[in-house]
Order: sequence, then C-alpha cells, then structure tokens
Amino acid sequence: MKQYFKYIAILALGIVSCEPEFDNPVDEAGAYSNGEADFSRYVALGNSLTAGYADNALYITGQENSYPNILAQQFDKTQDIEDFTIPFMSDNAGGLLAGGNQITNNRLVLSVVNGDTLPRVYTGMQPTTEVGNVQQGPFSNMGVPGAKSYHLGAAGYGNVQGIAVGTANPYFARFASAPNASVMEDALAQDPTFFSLWIGNNDVLGYARTGGTGVYQLNNLQPSTYADNDITDPNVFASVYSEMVQALAANASGGVLINIPDVASVPFFTRVPVNAIPLDAQTAAALNQQFSAYNTQVLPGLVQAGFITAEEAQSRQINFAEGQNYVTLQDESLTNIGQAIQGAPFNLDPQNAGLLSQLRQATPTDLIPLTSSGILGTPVGDNPNMINGVSVPLGDEHVLTNAEQELIRDATTRYNQVISGLAEANGLAFVDANAMLNKLATDGISFDGGFVTSDFVTGGAFSLDGIHLTPRGNAIVSNRIIDAINTTYNADVPKVNVGAYGTVTYNNEVQ
Amino acid sequence: MRKLLFLGLFGLMAAVTYAGGYRVSLQGQRSLAMGHTGVAVVNNAELAFFNPAGLVYLENKINVAAGASAVFSNVKYQNSEFGISSETDSPVGTPFYAYGSYRVNDWLTLGLAAYTPYGSSVEWPTDWAGSHLVNNIDLQAIYIQALASVKISDKLSVGGGPIYVNGSVNFNRNLNRTLTDLNGNRSNVTVDASGVSAFGWSASAMYNATEDLRFGINYRSEIMVEAEGGDATFQNVPNSPLTPFQDTQFDAALPMPAELSVGLSYELLDKWLFAFDYNMTYWDVYESLDIDFANATPDSNNPRNYKNSSSYRFGLQYFANETVTLRVGYYFDESPVQSGYFAPETPRNDAHGFTGGLSLHVSDRFSIDAAFLYNRYEEVDESYNYYTENGETVPFEGTYKTSAFIPGLGVTYKL
Repeated sequence: MKQYFKYIAILALGIVSCEPEFDNPVDEAGAYSNGEADFSRYVALGNSLTAGYADNALYITGQENSYPNILAQQFDKTQDIEDFTIPFMSDNAGGLLAGGNQITNNRLVLSVVNGDTLPRVYTGMQPTTEVGNVQQGPFSNMGVPGAKSYHLGAAGYGNVQGIAVGTANPYFARFASAPNASVMEDALAQDPTFFSLWIGNNDVLGYARTGGTGVYQLNNLQPSTYADNDITDPNVFASVYSEMVQALAANASGGVLINIPDVASVPFFTRVPVNAIPLDAQTAAALNQQFSAYNTQVLPGLVQAGFITAEEAQSRQINFAEGQNYVTLQDESLTNIGQAIQGAPFNLDPQNAGLLSQLRQATPTDLIPLTSSGILGTPVGDNPNMINGVSVPLGDEHVLTNAEQELIRDATTRYNQVISGLAEANGLAFVDANAMLNKLATDGISFDGGFVTSDFVTGGAFSLDGIHLTPRGNAIVSNRIIDAINTTYNADVPKVNVGAYGTVTYNNEVQ
Repeated sequence: MRKLLFLGLFGLMAAVTYAGGYRVSLQGQRSLAMGHTGVAVVNNAELAFFNPAGLVYLENKINVAAGASAVFSNVKYQNSEFGISSETDSPVGTPFYAYGSYRVNDWLTLGLAAYTPYGSSVEWPTDWAGSHLVNNIDLQAIYIQALASVKISDKLSVGGGPIYVNGSVNFNRNLNRTLTDLNGNRSNVTVDASGVSAFGWSASAMYNATEDLRFGINYRSEIMVEAEGGDATFQNVPNSPLTPFQDTQFDAALPMPAELSVGLSYELLDKWLFAFDYNMTYWDVYESLDIDFANATPDSNNPRNYKNSSSYRFGLQYFANETVTLRVGYYFDESPVQSGYFAPETPRNDAHGFTGGLSLHVSDRFSIDAAFLYNRYEEVDESYNYYTENGETVPFEGTYKTSAFIPGLGVTYKL
C-alpha cells in the first residue's frame, strides 16, 4: 500500500513540474541571430528623434518608445546584451527647469476645448525635471534634442553654465559626464560594440521651422559663427560626420547610419494649407479693388522703369476670388520696391509702401509652418481692414518659400550623399529615412491596423508637434533599421508589431 | 499488480486534457480515473452527475461521494515574427463535487448534488501582447441539483431533476492595443458580476441489458447565465472627452451549453469493468460574447462561433483486492473553438486526456478515491480574427501550447 502512495507522489511531482514547452521557443538562445554584429553594448547617437522627443517635449514614455530603446529590446532577443540605459526625465509632463524656472514648454496633448480638437500644452502638472540635477551615466541613448551635426563633438555642450548663453544644451547638461565633455566623448568612453547615428536633421530644420529667416552658410567653415536658424555648410557636415563615423566604427562590430528626411514631408510644413484664406465674393471683390492700382499701375510702371522684370511683376500680382485664396507674404527674395513707390509717379505713403515692398501671393510650392497657423486671418490691432495673410502680408518667418526650400533641399541632398557614401565605405547598415518619410507622406505604410501616414494628428506617424515621431512612427523606423541590419550583418533580428505602438495622447488638462 | 500500476503510469505520461471551451470535466474521482466515463457505470454516488437514473441501483441506503481536484494548467503563447512570448500564471483551480443519495423505497431514490461543470481561470501577464483580448478571466458556476431516481424494472430506470446555478465572472482586458493615460498606463476595463442565478435540468435513463452489460443516457440542459447590472470599472482612461469611458453597469449572457452523454459498461470476470462514454456538448449556442454597457460606452461584441464538440472516453477498472481498486482511462476531447476564433481567454485546442487512479477501501463503508488527469495538447498555430480597430480587422496570431495536470482526491461513504 505504501508503495502505491510513493509512486503516485513521484508521478505527481514529475508532472506538476511539466510546463508547456514549444518545439522552437522564441525566448531561448538560437531563436534569432545577431549575425556578424555584436549588440552587447549598443549606443545610439543623434538628436531629438533619437532621444524620443515628441509632442514638443521630452518625457518618460516618449523616451521608452524611442527607436533606440525599441531596437535594444529586439537586439536582446538575439544575444545577451548589457542594459540599455536612458537618461530618463523625471515625469511625463516634459518641461525642463533650470534653477527652478521653466525653460522649455510641457508636452502637447490632444484636447477638446469648445468643440475644437487641437494640440494644446499640457498643464496638468508642473514639470519636475531640473537640468542641474545631473544624471549618472553612462547612457546608451545619447540622443540630445536640438543637437546639430557639429554639436556632438563640441566640448562643453553639456555644461550647465553654458545653457543661458547658448553654448550648451540643457538636455545634454542633464547627463554629460563632465561639464567639458562632448557627446562623442561620452559615447566612445562606453566602447560601443554597435552604434546608430541619426544626425543632421537640425542642420536644416532650424532654418526651416523659422520660415527661412537664417542663411545657408555655404562655404563658411566656422560653425561657431552660425546662428541656430542657419543651414550648416555641407562641407562642415561632411567633415564632422565622417570624423564621428570613423571614431565610432573603429572598435565597433558595426553600426547603422540614418539619413535626413526632406523637411517638406513632415506635417509641421504640410498641415497648414497655403491657400488658407476663405473669402466670399463680396470681400474678394473689395480686396481686388484695393489692389487694383497696385496690379494695373504700380507693377507695370516699375517694369517700364526697368526696376523689375515683367516676370517678377507677374509673380507679384495679387488676385482674390470667392473660395479659398492663397495667402499674401513678404518674400525677401523679391526686389524691394518700398523706396521706389514712395517717389513719383506713385507717391505712396510709407506705410502702404512698406506693405507692398516685397509683396506677393503664395503659390502651391510655398509652405507655412504649423506654428504660424494661428496668425492667419487675424486682424492686426483689431483693424478689420488689416488682416494677416490678406491685406497684411505674412512676414518672412511665417512662410518657407520655394526658394528657401531649394536651399534646404540642396543641403539635405549633399548631407545624404555623405551619409550613404560613408555607410558604403565603412560597410555599415544604411537606412533611407528620407524615402521612408516620403512614403509616409504619399502612399502611407501599411500595418495590421490599416495605414500609417503623415497626416497631422490622425495619420499615426507624427506626434502633435508635427515634426517628431509617435511611438508608432518610432516602431516603423525601428523595423526599417532592423531590415538594414539584418541585410548588412547577416543577422535575424525580429521586427516589432507596429500596431502595438500608440500614436497621440488625449488629455484635457490644458488651459 | 505492480505491472498494472506501471501501465497506468505509462498511459498517464503519454497524454491528456480536461475539456473543451470552459467545460471542466472533473465531476468525480472514480469516473475521472476511468477517463471521466460513468453514464453506464454503477459505482458510487457520482451517478448523481453522470446518470441519476442509476442511483436507484446502488446497493446501500445512503451513498455519499465528495471530492475536489486541483487544476494546474498553464498556457504559453508566442509569436515568432516579433519574438514575443507570454505564459499564463493562472491560479490553481479547485473544482469540487458533493453527491448524496437516499433510498426511499425499492423503486425510488432521492438525491442532492453540487458540482462545478463550467469554469475558467486564466491569468496572462498584464499588458501582454493579447491584452486587448484578455488580461485575466475568472469564471465560476456552481450547480446544485435535486434528484429523483425511479426504478421501472430491474432492467430500466429513469432519473433527473432541476438544477439551480449560481455563477460569477470577473474579466479584465485592455480597451484596445494602444490607449493609455498620460503616464503610459494602459486603459482597461474590468467586468464583474457575482451571485448570478439560473435554472436548468437533467434527465437520464439506464438500461441493464444483462447482468454484465449496461447502457446509459444522460442529458443536461443548456443554462444561460445572464449577468444583469454587473459592475464595469474602467481604469487608466485618459482624461479626455475623446475617451468617454466611465464606470457603469453591464449586461452579458454566457451559455453553459447542454450536454448529451451516452455510453455503456461491461463487466468481465467479476474483476474488470470497461466503460465507454460519448459526450456531445452543444457549444453552438455560444455565438458571441456580448457585453452591453448601460451608459454610452460602446458595447463590446466578441464573436466566438463555437461548434458542437464531441468527447470519446474510455475507462478500465480492476478490482485488485478487498482494499484496492485500480483505474485507468483515456479520452479524446474535441475543442469547440473553430479556426480563426482562437481567443486567448479560453485557449483550448483538441486534447488527449490520460487518467489514472485508485480507491482505497478503508472500511466497508468508507473509501478514499484518488485520480489524476494529464492533458496533452498539441502545439497549435492559431489566430483570433474578429478583433477590430478603427473598422479594421486585426488578427491576433501566434502559437499556443497548453498543459494541464490535475490531481484529485475524494471520498465515498455508504451506509
């Protein structure tokens, strides 16, 4: 009798410990492969896109959903890796404090106020991330919001003392190993076995988002003389970029380089229609009456005087019609006629002359930054006859003209040649983010829940600032990077399920 | 003797499962040890469940059988495309039974029964890949039944009685695949209802063709457990008019499907008893799990589209000696879940059940009944294709593997 109990006890123990087991478990070694790459110490370098910045701020969940963190989690399925460390913000509100004073805004959230569903600044809590409270590294995600190509090698870019005077970046100051350290120095000190580099976006974006108020610093090889809204000289870019790639690739098993998207593919520049002015027939007629003398006398007169060409005169014609109308703007590339038309035979007063000095109507190729949408159609000083974008032209900072876009395209193309060339020369994986974002802006990219597109708020790829990616956008980037890595390094890194990553955040704690 | 035991063990090692859908076939240790057969077996008070008509053939005036099982069951999920894997950490289920019969006179026996034929307890890691379908579920139903067993002749008897059901459900899942509050906590809903009552019945007949050969048939009616005014609690919902989810009440109905059993038993050389049962469970009644919320929250409709399923059960009993009776069994349990409807709250595919057990007759009146069940499920690539997001159907795909080991103990008392 006792024997039976013994057998039963042994049997029971044996079977209780018998867990369900797959024939090919994905969570065991050998399920996937790192190929020729070694992901054990992966370091990501870049700007806001790398840091996980979204909704016009850096905050914890954005950092968690940054493409480098997504990649690290997938790398972990192929081999043992060290912890992927992130200089986490203190909260999900997103604003930065310096000495207790808020120096950057909280994140944007999608809110409904008076029936209008719009991105607004989250005011549900005060930010708690103090820049002076330096985080102990090293950090695997070295992405620094706002960084341009030449910033990564700049000593002192993380010096808290330099923030106020503009020589340092508050986001890097939060986690620089020393006041005089550079991003590159802190990255190389970790002896990365694998790296990613996505830098250069801000080298054109600063210019673009300010409507092209800066200059293209072509042939100026001194980046220390550049303003924040200038375009970096492509030779400067080539030089600093190649230096970084050489340094990073020297001891790493491999890396991935990601190129620079066309700024015109992001909703920040495509959201606001350039023909944003609705007019009824009566108002249009009245406006045309106002501009009649300008169209039929001033412009032809200036052509006759040889002051401007007939072609330029044509481009400066102002015409309104019932329906949607193109905005009016000041285009600094036009001949300034402000002085000329104050003289004979036009004899205009200085105010009107000023309004007409570089006036034209927008064309479909002009872009209006998202941040300028609020000014369109608003009256100047409560004067119903002075309407921004109609009777009062938009300033240079509110329109990215086609000519300004040409400069950006020229620089971007040259940067991208450098990036793809260096990837090839060094046997590194290469991701054409430019092509990817164009696809998002045109056809969209399919996933199991439909299509991800660049449509503002609803498209799924872009966060509420119209420039930075949502978690879902980061997942798409991650999958592109994984594709490139798998091809280049003969690896088998599993992709992520794009549909499992979220898009924009709803919240009504706004003012 | 020892050989036989090893044979039993070997059988056990080879394979088992305990029931399709949320049917939990553990209604008696003696029956379970014989592959959960019993519609044509006259053994002890377990007849109250398997075939109340047979109660009248029990030799003693008073018969009692009671017991419980411990369900150790876990499910693994993985998706090799994305390298995702999860495993349930389900609490140990403890289905039980208690039966009693009293012979009033030569042709009438009355009985009382309490048992738990339906239930489910599945706990996935919170926010796992399928959390938009289920995070965890705990479904319980206790059947309480009054019985009468009437002998029409020495060969034929009939039985049955009304069933009262008391049920409860607690179910949590995320609202969709991505919605979170500002801090990234996934928005989810818990529906909870308890003390839900419903009624049904069972009826059966037993026919003793010869001294050694019996036939039995038992039918238990469908019972629709309708939760009305249960509590729906929403957690981590964004503070926004765009996500107007507020705590509310809900109505939902869950069927406890009807089951028909037919079978036979044959006694051989006084020492051996062979039993065969066929069960048909009328799962086709489970078309959809619909949760109707009382307020403006959109109702949740989850197609299930189960099909009727069969089980084939075989059992063998050996009267070893005065004190020991040994039993082994096997069954094949067909899953009611159709391909494409494989939802992770009841991740069941076809199962092979291997059973074994014994009774120790401590005295003339008192026995201890032990049984164990090992369910073997094949690894299965399946998907649930009826989840929708923004009007798009989003399948939830992957590979599942289930294991279940269920030891149980019971007692039999007769007077």
